[in-house]
Amino acid sequence: MNFELTEDRRMLADSLGRYLREQYTFETRQQIAASAQGYSRQHWQALAELGVIGALFSDAHGGYGGSGFDLAVVFEELGRALVVEPFLPTVLAGRLLAEAGAPAHLALVNRLIEGQEIVAFAHGEPQAPLDAVHVCTRATRAGEHWVLTGQKAVVWHAEAASAFVISARTCGQPEDHGGLSLFLVPADAAGLSMRGYPLIDGGRAAELSFDQVRLRSDALLGRAGGAWPAIERALGAGLVALCAEALGAMDTTRQMTLDYLRQRQQFGQPLGRFQALQHRMVELLLEIEQARSAVIRAAAALDDEDAQAREQALSMAKYTIGQAGCLVAEEAIQLHGGIGMTWELPLSHYAKRLIMIDHQLGDADFHLQRYIDLTRTPATP
Amino acid sequence: MDLNFTPEETQFRDQVRAFLAAELPATLSDKVAKGKHLSKQDLQTWHDILNARGWLASHWPVEYGGTGWNPIERFIFENECALANAPRTIPFGVNMLGPVLIRYGTEAQKRHWLPRILDGSDWWCQGYSEPGAGSDLAALQCRAVRDGDHYVVNGQKTWTTLGQYANMIFCLVRTDPTAKKQSGISFLLIDMNSPGVEVRPIITLDGAHEVNEVFFTDVRVPAENLVGEENQGWTYAKYLLTYERTNIAGTGYSMVAFERLRKYAGKALKNGRPLDQDPLFSARMARVAIDLENMKLTNLRVIAAVAGGGAPGMESSILKICGTRIRQEITSLMRRAMGPYAQPFIADALQSDAQAEPVGPAEAAPVSVQYFNNRKLSIYGGSNEIQRNIIAKMTLGL
Repeated sequence: MNFELTEDRRMLADSLGRYLREQYTFETRQQIAASAQGYSRQHWQALAELGVIGALFSDAHGGYGGSGFDLAVVFEELGRALVVEPFLPTVLAGRLLAEAGAPAHLALVNRLIEGQEIVAFAHGEPQAPLDAVHVCTRATRAGEHWVLTGQKAVVWHAEAASAFVISARTCGQPEDHGGLSLFLVPADAAGLSMRGYPLIDGGRAAELSFDQVRLRSDALLGRAGGAWPAIERALGAGLVALCAEALGAMDTTRQMTLDYLRQRQQFGQPLGRFQALQHRMVELLLEIEQARSAVIRAAAALDDEDAQAREQALSMAKYTIGQAGCLVAEEAIQLHGGIGMTWELPLSHYAKRLIMIDHQLGDADFHLQRYIDLTRTPATP
Repeated sequence: MDLNFTPEETQFRDQVRAFLAAELPATLSDKVAKGKHLSKQDLQTWHDILNARGWLASHWPVEYGGTGWNPIERFIFENECALANAPRTIPFGVNMLGPVLIRYGTEAQKRHWLPRILDGSDWWCQGYSEPGAGSDLAALQCRAVRDGDHYVVNGQKTWTTLGQYANMIFCLVRTDPTAKKQSGISFLLIDMNSPGVEVRPIITLDGAHEVNEVFFTDVRVPAENLVGEENQGWTYAKYLLTYERTNIAGTGYSMVAFERLRKYAGKALKNGRPLDQDPLFSARMARVAIDLENMKLTNLRVIAAVAGGGAPGMESSILKICGTRIRQEITSLMRRAMGPYAQPFIADALQSDAQAEPVGPAEAAPVSVQYFNNRKLSIYGGSNEIQRNIIAKMTLGL
């Protein structure tokens, strides 16, 4: 039993943390978050040069990390600084490309790692945005080509992407795990249209529409109809990433609130002297420590070959993070009082991010139900 | 990061399991599993079995007859005992007084009292709380006045757990009423058979006789029974309160209780299907199961930190609040699972040598009693509100 980070990971966390504190100040972040691009090419490049993107991928895929704890260390730091750059899409799309594994795919992963290109993952759909599997987008064979038709919802950083990894159905019904396929679609493909928009917690996303998009046969990633296990694994990595990001954001939010309670005077004394407020702060600490345990277990489980244990740990973590993140966000605003309601205060943006993390890759209710289902029936192998 | 036990720790765990399989009498584990009250003899039997194996004093150094275990070994042992439905070791002598004597007692006191704790010659109880001193323990008023070679004690203690079985009590007494409230307190060992000591039962809301009031009227206590220095008792009391903390979360008890709940919810029917298929009940079960999984890891994180040389401060309070909340929720779910059969109160069915026929499902008999009894978890050992005060003081620094 050992809960210490390895020397390498500690150094990575230190150098990333230092970069973000010095270069990615809150003011800088706010400018980027509200920008038309939704991210900063300059910081993305710099973070790539620091090796931060490489840490998200294994040696075999051209990186030097890629395990659950590598993801957790990076995203916890990103959460502390409220980074909006496209790390999550890179994890999701990058893993799917790496798993597809052809030389062209690995070359693209390399360009992701070097920060030269961004690929987004488009999976969720407008008809059933709360489901993990509901895919209506269809790809049909037409001679040497695939023809893609359908819609994708809230695709993070879509406008910054040069290409998309798209899930589409090559057979079966919308809810089936079987019959799902993945395609790599260039952003400028004919028949692909996009409506971009800003997000409430900063950065941008888009709705994608595919109208008879013709793709070359080599656009297919992996085997037709057999993409679900790869998607589930990529989503698992995304869950670890989001949970760790939430943990970092919760730590910072709690610290900001503690500082405020120490400093803000009312009725002739610091707010922190009032027991009604003290006990609420303690509640946040308890929930954050429990969430930290959940993230550690999920990170350890990510590379577990036992799908049942792995997926249970991931859903437990996302459920826990959903509960704790929303509690921390809402309580932090309340404990700040009026000032917590202002755009000017950094805290309010952490609160928004924490709430929005519960809207990504399944909320607390979704993962509680999924955990219950997983305890009843075996996960897909 | 490595969430698994080392090969040595796994080996130790297997050793503990083998010991429990061989030495824990089925009659005892059966009573614990069924939630029956244990008799004094039951508790003494388990005490003696542990002592014979040399595994009783898990907090003591080897030189005093302890195990010399590190916090991880201690945790493994306590957890495995809970999972095997072993009776709890009665903590007052072994886990509470023992470490205080080892740290602050004289050589003569250690030589006299420690072996008697191990071999069961003395059954200790704890004299801390008073009617006017609960959470505000330092407000205690039980007086001890020096008179030659003796102290003369007058006053009252309360919530004295299993005091009806005890022949000795360690007490916090006020020796200097003029000093600031924490500074005038001493730590005194009192023979319960002395003239002037009276024990009266307190029956708790579950109908059990677990706790007592103890009255002292002109009780003469030899001065050599003072531990440490006069008026320094508060220091020793705090040491004792923060000492036994590796198992404060009681994760093993929660794991056993949850397993019992899971089994029962799998066969009890609601609206024609098993209770664990009911959306609302299964959601409540899943929530507490996840909290418990998180708690297990939080507990191990704290133990690993302590084993690495850290001192548990705020962490014990975190473990206590989270652990007791989970244990209470599980007993609450078990009570709900019984539906109307939570109502019958067949007190005889819970006695150690019960003959009474239970009413309803066999699992129902102890459920409400345990639910009401477990309300104590968030009150004793520093209420959960006091634990929050402790954490707040440490984190806010105000």
